[in-house]
Amino acid sequence: MPDPKTAIQVLGVTKEFDGRVILDAIRLDVFLGETLVILGGSGSGKSTLLRLMVGNVKPTSGDIVCLGKSLGQMTDKELTAYHTSIGVLFQSGALFNSMTVADNVALPLRQHTDLPEPTIEIIVKIKLEQVGLRMHADKMPAMLSGGMKKRAGLARAIALDPKLLFYDEPSAGLDPVTSAEIDHLIMDLNRKLGVTSVVVTHEMDSAFRIADRMVLLDRGKFIASGTPEEMKQSSDPLVHQFIFGLTEGPLTERRKADGYEDDLLGAREI
Amino acid sequence: MGLLDRPVYTIRRNTASIISLIGGIGYLLGDTLVATGPALLRKRGRRLSWQNLWDQMDRVGNRSIPIVSLVTFCIGAILALQMAPILRGYGMVAKVADIISIAIFRELGPLMAAIVLSGFGGASIAAEMGTAVVSEEIEALEAHAIHPIRFLVVPRVVATTIMLICVSVVGDLMGVAGGLVIGHSFLGLGTTLYIHHTISALRLRDFLTGLLKAGVFGVIISSLACYLGLGVTGGAQGVGRATTRTVVYTIVSLIAVDLMFNAVFYIFGL
Repeated sequence: MPDPKTAIQVLGVTKEFDGRVILDAIRLDVFLGETLVILGGSGSGKSTLLRLMVGNVKPTSGDIVCLGKSLGQMTDKELTAYHTSIGVLFQSGALFNSMTVADNVALPLRQHTDLPEPTIEIIVKIKLEQVGLRMHADKMPAMLSGGMKKRAGLARAIALDPKLLFYDEPSAGLDPVTSAEIDHLIMDLNRKLGVTSVVVTHEMDSAFRIADRMVLLDRGKFIASGTPEEMKQSSDPLVHQFIFGLTEGPLTERRKADGYEDDLLGAREI
Repeated sequence: MGLLDRPVYTIRRNTASIISLIGGIGYLLGDTLVATGPALLRKRGRRLSWQNLWDQMDRVGNRSIPIVSLVTFCIGAILALQMAPILRGYGMVAKVADIISIAIFRELGPLMAAIVLSGFGGASIAAEMGTAVVSEEIEALEAHAIHPIRFLVVPRVVATTIMLICVSVVGDLMGVAGGLVIGHSFLGLGTTLYIHHTISALRLRDFLTGLLKAGVFGVIISSLACYLGLGVTGGAQGVGRATTRTVVYTIVSLIAVDLMFNAVFYIFGL
């Protein structure tokens, strides 16, 4: 039974690609109105988990219940309705390169509503103002900087006033100031629009700024979850190393044990 | 026996990949056909779809008209120069007009227009689709509940098909004009005589079979470009590979399908 306080329930989800396990029996709840940050190193499966929640990828086993409905059992029509009630900010912004910034933001409105064009133009201006890009409405994506692309992507993601917002590495590749700006934007939108947010990142500064709760994944497995404070005080050495970005710990031990020395010595013998 | 292993293996592998390519395009065309009606007729988002279609028609068709005109004009002129000495030997120089009109309307007009369009439109469609895949645009479309086939493939296939038919007619007329200019300036044929010969030699079915071929060529170019573009993997290198493949595969398939058409027309006396 779906919990009315839960926006998303991940129920024992496993995802395999070509026999390789990317996610292993993940269980996770995202509560309504909170900002959940999914942490993990490269290849931990965090982006795949986000794509599964968005519904772009299907799990090998398990199920995900979003806004009270199972993604696996949704009909095409229900999936379309779900997609119009969520917003996704992709790592690169994923703007449509052949359209202006304004047209990018207007696209979901033109596709899914019967609103007249003048109304759409007003909504686009409001959304662009929210992300501070109103003066750049007529620019093409190629003319924007990395941070501006992400902000434009965010304006498009909130065009249809979504209930759920997903962010894939929102601060990756940005300078610290722009990164902080994006974080404030996320918090601002969360507060003003009351949306539930799921953020995938490995940038700890950003994670601590925006998270109500955090989840740590490692090599496709659930490791820990809790509030930022709980995570900071965790006694798990892996959580401790990841949260504080330490050079000593189980993650570095594992890398050392990947046969590097054998590989070098083996090569010398040849 | 060992000597034959490699060629047998290569033939088997190539046959399998050709069959999978044709099968994949078949599926894509099936989906496109199903999506065309809703894309252009459904009330919601219809204005956007027609705008999209119009943009593609302009890009693929209108901009290729000068090049198709130049190429077919030159082909008409070349044919006239090639045939004139032989026909003069039989005292039938005026027959140049008859031969050119049939060759251009039945064969060279549509084929040359298609070859120009495969370089002009096909390559750019493949590059555009490939870039959309690489820059997460396709995922972004899906996340906004916008079907990529309906939004990207339908307008390109419909626009290329319609515009190739239109451009072929322009090519036909320019081919005849090329022959006419040579006939008038070098072969001593009067304009009226040339046009009279052209009209009397042409039957309606010459014109219609040419247009039918142009339509099929349009479907081949656009579906191949979309299929190879959407299948891009491996970043910018993959986009380049898809673009090159599109041009090569398109030209080979155009010639092969043209041969099939001619065989069928010959058998049925068309």
